[in-house]
Amino acid sequence: MTVPTALLRPHAEDAYAGELTALAAADDRPRPPGWRMSPAAVVTYLLGGTLADGTVVTPKYVGPRRLLEVAVATLATDRALLLLGVPGTAKTWVSEHLAAAVSGDSTLLVQGTSGTPEEAIRYGWNYARLLAEGPSAGALVPSPVLTAMRTGRIARVEELSRIPSDVQDALITVLSEKTLPVPELGTEVQAVKGFNVIATANDRDRGVNELSSALRRRFNTVVLPLPASFDDEVDIVTRRVAQLGRSLELPELPPALEEIRRVVGVFRELRSGVTADGRTKLKSPSGTLSTAEAISVVTAGLTLSAHFGDGVLRPADIAAGMVGAVIRDPAADAVVWTEYLEVVVRERRGWGEFYRACREVSG
Amino acid sequence: MTAAAGPAGTGAAGGGRPGPAEVRVLGIRHHGPGSARSVRAELAAYRPDAVLIEGPADADPLVAYVAEAGMVPPVALLAYASDAPQVAAFWPFAVFSPEWQAVRWAVANGVPVRFCDLPAAVTLADRPDPDDGPGPGRGPAPDDGPDPDDGPDPDDGPDPDDGPAPDDASDPEDGPDPTDAPGPTDGADPTEWPGSGGGPDAGGPPDLARAGDPVVVRHDPLALLAAAAGYDDPERWWEDLVESRGDAAGPFEAITEAMAELRAAAPPQDPVEQRREDRREAHMRTVLRATLKSGARRVAVVCGAWHAPALTRPLPPAAADSRLLTGLPKRKVTLTWVPWTHGRLATASGYGAGVTSPGWYHHLFSAPDRPVTRWLTTVAGVLRAENLPVSSAHVIEAVRLAETLATLRERPLAGLAEVTEATLAVLVDGDQVALDLVTRRLVVGEALGAVPESAPTVPLATDLRAAARRLRMTLDATEKAYELDLRKPTDLDRSRLLHRLRLLGVEWGTPARAAARNLGTFREAWSVRWRPELEIDLVEASGWGTTVPAAAAARVVARAAAGTLAELTTAVEAALVADLTAALPELLVALDARAALDTDVAHLMAALPPLVRAGRYGDVRSTDTAALDRVADGLLERVRAGLPAALTGLDDDAARLLRDRVLGVHAALALRADPAARDRWLDTLAGLADRDDLHGLLTGQLVRLLRDAGRLDGAAAGVRLSRALSVGTSAAAKGAWVEGFLAGGGLLLVHDADLLAILDRWVVGLDPRTFVDVLPLLRRTFGSFAAPERRSLGDRLRGGGTGPAAAPEEIDVALAAPVLPTVELLLGRPA
Repeated sequence: MTVPTALLRPHAEDAYAGELTALAAADDRPRPPGWRMSPAAVVTYLLGGTLADGTVVTPKYVGPRRLLEVAVATLATDRALLLLGVPGTAKTWVSEHLAAAVSGDSTLLVQGTSGTPEEAIRYGWNYARLLAEGPSAGALVPSPVLTAMRTGRIARVEELSRIPSDVQDALITVLSEKTLPVPELGTEVQAVKGFNVIATANDRDRGVNELSSALRRRFNTVVLPLPASFDDEVDIVTRRVAQLGRSLELPELPPALEEIRRVVGVFRELRSGVTADGRTKLKSPSGTLSTAEAISVVTAGLTLSAHFGDGVLRPADIAAGMVGAVIRDPAADAVVWTEYLEVVVRERRGWGEFYRACREVSG
Repeated sequence: MTAAAGPAGTGAAGGGRPGPAEVRVLGIRHHGPGSARSVRAELAAYRPDAVLIEGPADADPLVAYVAEAGMVPPVALLAYASDAPQVAAFWPFAVFSPEWQAVRWAVANGVPVRFCDLPAAVTLADRPDPDDGPGPGRGPAPDDGPDPDDGPDPDDGPDPDDGPAPDDASDPEDGPDPTDAPGPTDGADPTEWPGSGGGPDAGGPPDLARAGDPVVVRHDPLALLAAAAGYDDPERWWEDLVESRGDAAGPFEAITEAMAELRAAAPPQDPVEQRREDRREAHMRTVLRATLKSGARRVAVVCGAWHAPALTRPLPPAAADSRLLTGLPKRKVTLTWVPWTHGRLATASGYGAGVTSPGWYHHLFSAPDRPVTRWLTTVAGVLRAENLPVSSAHVIEAVRLAETLATLRERPLAGLAEVTEATLAVLVDGDQVALDLVTRRLVVGEALGAVPESAPTVPLATDLRAAARRLRMTLDATEKAYELDLRKPTDLDRSRLLHRLRLLGVEWGTPARAAARNLGTFREAWSVRWRPELEIDLVEASGWGTTVPAAAAARVVARAAAGTLAELTTAVEAALVADLTAALPELLVALDARAALDTDVAHLMAALPPLVRAGRYGDVRSTDTAALDRVADGLLERVRAGLPAALTGLDDDAARLLRDRVLGVHAALALRADPAARDRWLDTLAGLADRDDLHGLLTGQLVRLLRDAGRLDGAAAGVRLSRALSVGTSAAAKGAWVEGFLAGGGLLLVHDADLLAILDRWVVGLDPRTFVDVLPLLRRTFGSFAAPERRSLGDRLRGGGTGPAAAPEEIDVALAAPVLPTVELLLGRPA
């Protein structure tokens, strides 16, 4: 139920406003203080379903139900939630939708980088006013976390492990005391019920800025896996590609399930290092080849075929994106890819066109 | 409240006592802690004067042991065919098994207990024998009458009103019944005894279980009820409905009703299975009638929920039941208690329908209150023991998460799924490995049961205890080191016992040093420690035989039958060390046959050294090894015949492999005191050494062997060396030749002046250009020598120049004479 808009990518709470309203209306279970709907309704929002009044809730996440139940229950216990996983396992996606469903606002976001300053987690100052008025509540610039505390909403911290350790530790007081002292003003901000933090971190980058055990202890950890089955993954890619196509206002194309299955199949085989029939061992390339990358390969292919092709997704349209996704390290991955093409793809029935297209692009 | 108040059963009313007797059927889930608690409470409230339990009827005499001090669950009832212990079945009990609780209650209150399921004598008669021949227990049981254990139970006997007498055996219905039908497949029925199904664990060689019990997959009836209630997992459904009830109010009436509905709606199953089930229920009813008839006024029946409706009054006419039970094949069986483990209760060990989480069930049953809090505290303890930092705050948060999850899922109490997810998310930070540890240690658990000393043991265990007593070894849990002197009879017997047990997979003793180091000596070091789990290994091994030597022999023969030639010879060696002379003829016949068929000389050569070692060992252990020598001779002849053809056209790797094999055979023959055989072998080698088409590595090695054996003198070896290193051969071949010739290090070169002289002369004689060519090859070979060896080689060459450095030393025979007898003793020569 996407709302047509001029925005390139509307926030989850805007894009799915209808679903959220319907869910909240139909929800008769007790809601934790500050929540827009009950935990069970949040899970339904993420996994999809049909409400009593006939509203269809689209699935946002395809994966094990128990993981989302643990995530939602964590937020309900006022413990912070840490979503772990390799890149492209929908960590950010899940965190955005959780925030949208729980507090109706997914915008209180701190993007973690190696340059994230403490101000991004605590507060900063409007220096003009600071100089003019001295320290005052008006001169204080709240961080997204501080705003979330004041209003009792969910704050999101992306890529927590990329933030320098000393800055990470600013979160400890927030998470354990649920207060943020402002010594300059001699006051503090106490969190209102409904406040919580969802952080995401990358498994592969572990060790970049390993969380201190004091901070780790404040989080419940949920590890988001790569899609368990081929069909799950095809389903995810198809769904997301359709959504993206709409929001990017690409010309409507016939469903290209054949090519999507091909992309997902190639990704899964390369990722697991063995062909789907289990007969041939393969080398794995250095990239993660996540579902998110499969989605972008298909979307790029759709764009190509819409603007330069005949409007039908052809193997040639996905070949370029595919090669770009697989070959991250020009030396090692190129060997892996060539081996895969020659050993697996060339022999496969009905893959001739794809093989030729890939050879052409790979050069 | 139960189905007690109906009109008296047909057969039971004949008791002649005033007033109707009362029967309560307690339908339970096997190994369900909630059921166990309910049963205990129900029995305490109902106070029956007789208790019937689903279990083999011929296990009645074993009930008394339950009350003894040494009895600690988990334990299992073991039934095995007396003539073929491999044919066995287990009925495991944990402390949280409702049946166990019922038995305990009854024994503690002095109430008579009887098992009411089909006797093991009947269930086991259905099983095929391991050796495919017609088993003695098959068909119409010849041992039917006289055996007290086995004969018709009193209640089996024809009741006056029980209808047709045994001549009904000719009933057309009985005709087609296949007595060797697939074994019981209770595994498919979740309300069934997990043990009686004889999964891969049911004792005996695994292949037997596989061959005899193809699992007939049958629709799981409980899943129907669970699905109707909206549960994806029937276990969880049952848990919510029954097991997780904190109160103990009896749910039994409702269960019986639900099961009656379910039985009516269940799809028809395989006729053979259906017949088996009918018989079992007929037997249960028969025992119930007999109990009522013997004067019991208040009877409690504890059985799997599935059977509950079948035992509820009004009972069907006794005549039909008795017809079902007539003419069943029987065999002589022995029953006993054996210790069991939680690991074995769990599905994790391949148990067909075991419980996946015995540790959790045990916890649910034994924790007085707050099971979730207690559980997570225990988990934290386990993690701390592994040095994973888990604070009390972690535990608090884990409990909160588990409870919130349960609320979210609308479950009355957090279950195993919730506490496991809380553990994963809070206690171990999403680390799957740490979670697996918790699963292994706690969810499955490592509890180990014990049975009292007085309980009948498996014959193998009795035999072992007797042997240990005779040899003055105690089955002690503390580790003890034995230094055995094989020349002393007691020590020799001890060594044999330990070797036999190892063959049986009962690791009571482990060799304290690598076995290879012990060969040929008369000393053997063992580290001996008895662990309670070994009792279970013993029970498993009891499938192979009733005494330690017989079982070990059967096992080694069975293992060798499937193995390669080399495995066969290893088995022969093991059999000799363990003094299993009974197994030897069979092994040697198999070995001879296998050697004749095996065309790969490499295999034959690999098989020879263990045989020769075995023969050698036999000397020390005073075993007769004449047959062994014959086989070894035959093997050697085959090797000699096949070797010339096998050595052509080899690449580097193959040459290296064959070189090792040739060395192995050579060393084995050196060990064997048979000069004739050694001469024949050297003849073969000599014939090979001059061939041009061999790999350089092999030729070099052969020349070296022949020179060491004195077949080639220094000059002849020198000629070969210079020929091999001349212009006509390629650089790689030269390198290989030198490597083969100088294999085994430089020490020999240091002491053998002749050899050194040959090499030295050759090197000195090289023209400068050729020298540069072969330099890398020589460097490769000499580089593999140890540094001191190279240094002393250099010293020799610098100091002594070419030619023999020192003239052959004068040997003072008179001085050496006193040493010789000792050397001969060490070499094993007859004095």
